[in-house]
Amino acid sequence: MACLVPFNQATPDPFPPHRGAALVKKTAAGQIMAQVAFLLNGTPVHLADVDPTQTLLDYVRETAGLKGTKEGCNEGDCGACTVMVTDAGGAKALNACILFLPQLHGKAVRTVEGLTGPAGEPHPVQTAMIAHHGSQCGFCTPGFVVSMATANLNGDTDHDTTLAGNLCRCTGYAPIIRAAEAAEAAAIPAWLQTDADFTLAQISSEGSGEAEGLPGEGGSGGASSPPGSGATVSYSPTNSDDLADWYLKHPDATLIAGATDVGLWVTKNLRHLSPVAFLSGITDLQHIEHQGGQLHIGAGVTIETLRKAVTVSHPSFAELLRRYASTQVRNAATIGGNIANGSPIGDGPPALIAMGATLHLRRGDDIRALALENFFLDYRKQDRQPGEFVVGVSIPAAVPALRCYKISKRFDQDISAVCGCFNITVTAETVVDGKVVPGKVTAARIAFGGMAGIPKRAASVEAALVGQDWTLDTIRAALPAFATDFQPLSDMRASSTYRLLTAQNLLTRYFHDLAGTPVNVLEVQP
Amino acid sequence: MTLGLPLPHDSAPLHVTGQARYVDDVPLPAGALHLAFGLSTRAHAEITALDLTPVRAAPGVIAVFSAADFPDMPDTSPSVHDEPFLATGTVHYVGQAIFLVVAETHLQARKAARLATITYTDLPALLTVEEALAANSRFEQGPILWTRGDMAAIAQAHTIVEGEFEVGGQEHFYLEGQVAAAIPQEDGMHILSSTQHPTEIQHKVAHALHLPMAAVRVEMRRMGGGFGGKESQGNALAVACALAAHATGKPCKMRYDRDDDMVITGKRHDIKIRYKAGADATGKLVAVDFTHLVRCGWSQDLSLAVADRAMLHADNCYWIPNIRIESHRLKTNTCSATAYRGFGGPQGIIGIERVIDHLAHTLGLDPVEIMQRNLYAPMGATPQTTPYGMEIEDSITDKILPRLLETSDYHARKAAIDVFNAGSPILKKGIAVTPVKFGISFTLTWLNQAGALVHVYQDGSVHLNHGGTEMGQGLNQKVAQVTAQVFGLDAGQIKITAADTGKVPNTSATAASSGSDLNGKAAENAAITIRDRIAAFIGEKHQVPPETVRFKDGQIRVGGESYDFARVVNWAYQARISLSSTGFYATPKINWDRIKGQGRPFLYFAYGAAVTEVVIDTLAGENRILRADILHDTGTSLNTALDIGQIEGAYVQGAGWLTTEELVWDTKGRLTTHAPSTYKIPAITDRPPVFNVTLWTDPNREDTVGKSKAVGEPPFNLGISALMALSHAVSACGAAYPALNAPATAERVLLAVGRVRDV
Repeated sequence: MACLVPFNQATPDPFPPHRGAALVKKTAAGQIMAQVAFLLNGTPVHLADVDPTQTLLDYVRETAGLKGTKEGCNEGDCGACTVMVTDAGGAKALNACILFLPQLHGKAVRTVEGLTGPAGEPHPVQTAMIAHHGSQCGFCTPGFVVSMATANLNGDTDHDTTLAGNLCRCTGYAPIIRAAEAAEAAAIPAWLQTDADFTLAQISSEGSGEAEGLPGEGGSGGASSPPGSGATVSYSPTNSDDLADWYLKHPDATLIAGATDVGLWVTKNLRHLSPVAFLSGITDLQHIEHQGGQLHIGAGVTIETLRKAVTVSHPSFAELLRRYASTQVRNAATIGGNIANGSPIGDGPPALIAMGATLHLRRGDDIRALALENFFLDYRKQDRQPGEFVVGVSIPAAVPALRCYKISKRFDQDISAVCGCFNITVTAETVVDGKVVPGKVTAARIAFGGMAGIPKRAASVEAALVGQDWTLDTIRAALPAFATDFQPLSDMRASSTYRLLTAQNLLTRYFHDLAGTPVNVLEVQP
Repeated sequence: MTLGLPLPHDSAPLHVTGQARYVDDVPLPAGALHLAFGLSTRAHAEITALDLTPVRAAPGVIAVFSAADFPDMPDTSPSVHDEPFLATGTVHYVGQAIFLVVAETHLQARKAARLATITYTDLPALLTVEEALAANSRFEQGPILWTRGDMAAIAQAHTIVEGEFEVGGQEHFYLEGQVAAAIPQEDGMHILSSTQHPTEIQHKVAHALHLPMAAVRVEMRRMGGGFGGKESQGNALAVACALAAHATGKPCKMRYDRDDDMVITGKRHDIKIRYKAGADATGKLVAVDFTHLVRCGWSQDLSLAVADRAMLHADNCYWIPNIRIESHRLKTNTCSATAYRGFGGPQGIIGIERVIDHLAHTLGLDPVEIMQRNLYAPMGATPQTTPYGMEIEDSITDKILPRLLETSDYHARKAAIDVFNAGSPILKKGIAVTPVKFGISFTLTWLNQAGALVHVYQDGSVHLNHGGTEMGQGLNQKVAQVTAQVFGLDAGQIKITAADTGKVPNTSATAASSGSDLNGKAAENAAITIRDRIAAFIGEKHQVPPETVRFKDGQIRVGGESYDFARVVNWAYQARISLSSTGFYATPKINWDRIKGQGRPFLYFAYGAAVTEVVIDTLAGENRILRADILHDTGTSLNTALDIGQIEGAYVQGAGWLTTEELVWDTKGRLTTHAPSTYKIPAITDRPPVFNVTLWTDPNREDTVGKSKAVGEPPFNLGISALMALSHAVSACGAAYPALNAPATAERVLLAVGRVRDV
């Protein structure tokens, strides 16, 4: 799926409409999603007239009768409902409680029941969890086991990262880590290797003909009326042109990318959403392209894909993204959704703003670009026209001075109290007559999440720094400017006082960080 | 030998494959209905109008019940009948159930529950302990006060420290939320409940349905975690299901959505502790005065016993010649605080640990020196008595503490930390040790009893049932090991079955760490009865005394012969020998007068100690645990693997309580941290990256099952060492005492850094 590829075509816009492009066929718009097809534990499933906002968790538990997948929180925070979902991009752990059925179309799903072999052979991670006493009450265990099996399949041995989205209240995690380590080199069971080969065509050929006209396939379509009033109208386009057309006609629609926030509108706020469009099939927005010193990131790129893509080029951004929710959430959430959502506490925008990101929006065939910080107008209000959607964001290919600091109550799977991102350009310090002459600040981009109703640049602080010597005295002198830029709120995550003080202190941290002084408790070894 | 083996949890193969059934996984008969409560959005108010028309009109709704439907409102309290099942006119906290929706699906019930139009007239709400104290809003007539010695002695002390600190509550966050189901029977009710206390569920359901307890059967196979949160908090769901099932004739199920669960149910009591303590120049305690302000919430629930236990643990491991403990059990318009692992004990222990930390800071001593100077006389020496008059006969802190200091390399690491801190301007490390002494037995003496039922079938298979409930602690496996040991079988040959009030009646809650002590003994007694019958039978056949018959390795050895267990059992069956028996156990020696605060409330104490090392960031207050070393007393462990699991889990849960787990209520009494998105229990990266747990396995001096000791709650207290280590790290920033409140979130740590630096 998404990968770093050179951007070869000479085009001024990284996210142009595809119309006329030979490879993309225009498909009919206005389709009502009535059918979903996927593979469940190796068995094809066709669902007709499905409620598009039914969650996979409810489906597997209540309809399929697979009770192994548990509901712990119903909001994607505990991981008890973790399932493995395989598509062309590989196997991913996802939270079934905030996955809507249409998001699974054409994919292969494995629940904990599907990890065991056809003759009842245990998966190596199951054996290890027993041997290392990794389960106590057992309620979180299926989720852990699925996360571990997915990591095993992907050869991922960073257990702290792959398991940060699975909460356990009994064990203190020590035996779970021992089990994960014991199983990390285990061979992938043969019965799990077939999911990657699954295609919809299999269902079509094996199926009874019900599968005809299944959405998601190129050229599919056909509108029908929703069955009964009050039903959700849904649409699953496969390219951005189709979405652009449909969204112009349905500007009141809810666009659903990863559903990691919209999912909660349904499971917690109990909202009825209609019409909705599922964006996960729009492959043309799932690329990261490197062109002219910029990375152009498609809106549909997941946070996890982005994290991996920028690990070397933007290490501090990648580390911030590692602490962006959990593996399960990052596998679903997209950068476009993170931006378009407009949350003041999303972790993507402060970093992107500090890097000087450009946002690309599309309405019909009109594409426009703007500095990302100008997109956020006010609390939950963005510079976005009806029918307009985010197609991508561009950042410089390297931002060596960028440092991102996420402050939260818990290191992993937590929402920031304050997220401070700093990108300050300083000339090299020199030695004159044996004395060190500090460098000068030539440019500063500082942005915060959690400090205002929007992700916001610290304009006054930046102004107080630019042109000054890069010294602690300069920083001290700039601190009062924080109160000009920000009047943060008090809430359950932190008090206003703490937020303001910490924002100021993070500038000091940045100074020490650039100077090579240890500032991060996560880097301290026992 | 089966006893002591590190066998995995008996359900582990079911857990890892998703086959383990919890209440919500059990298939119900067709036509089952689903329930949800409509909740109060006010902390204290009169309901002046309740319009349920839109609720009734919602899709799938079958019935709606409110106070108007119950002239005789059922009660769901575990103690003093002060919890009406549905609010009757006045609501006392945000989250109190006002009406009950019965619908065709869980989602329909949840949706409908939000559609009522409720008109309130607000009444003054008491949210904090200060407000409740000022209004004299409390349970019991006044504060409970225990004093020993002469508090005037404090004036003569070389050094006096004084302070007040807050320790937050704690959400249980059992991964499986509260859930119950009721299946109407032809002449009674069958309840499935995720509960630590099946008999209490039976009692409350019988009361609500006006049935004798014998007509209600409660079954509980396993919980997805309990931690005290399912001792009384499941009552309302079971009663709701029973009433709805009775009214509709259909099976009914209710489970709280997580946010509802966190808003409705009680949590650990938060506490404010005021202290004044005097010591001599060497740190020897002269006198300590504690005032506990315990926030109990709107109903009494188990608060009196919780607050008592906090007082009972105010001494921890230390002999304090003059001590005064004043405990206020304050009634507030918040959810009713309830049992939570430790049951007040941790709140008591943290007070004296704070005093020692403060004294050490003032005297310039290592806290360890003060601890060692004040330990209770060791086992074998002339016993010293607790403030409540119990002789401490089993103190082993004098052995555990030095051993742990040595194995953890405490002193050298502390010196290395000083060096690190001197060279690190932003990051500071800290280290601390906390010893623990925790009293084992229910302080409500009559609860210290248990029953068991063992059947041996004619094929030699063994069916085990007892009054304890499985919530992840491995109780069933331990009791199976005890039972297997009696018969000379492997634990795997013992069939574990669901707790069932129809098999073992009058059970006590699986709580107070008592599960294996009580039920293990009861099952052992049942098994011994059957074994003795078999021995008498086969001994007689072989003309040897029954006491010479040996049960070992699946064989029965008698008079030089050796037979398969099953073979002898079948012979015994044919000889018409009863192969079924109940067993019973009542804890000996204990007596307790809670009003006077005198007696022997505990059969024994469990001991332990932990050393924790942390690092803090002095700019944002971020902090993390780097290493934990634990030495914990399990007596002769019944199962070392399960015991280590309890200790590791308890430590992390205890550390979570004091670091990341912050409950926040707004000024209107609304809990704003009502989901895992806002309430942060430890995640996998919060475990100590270096985590050394060792068991102290000297046999219990009391005659407990297998000479073991209880292990559920005691190690929870070891997490206190994390808070004290943070205090040590903060103290590296300046001269003043950090006076760190808990939970020590990044914000509180940064505040403390500021306090220390300002001086």
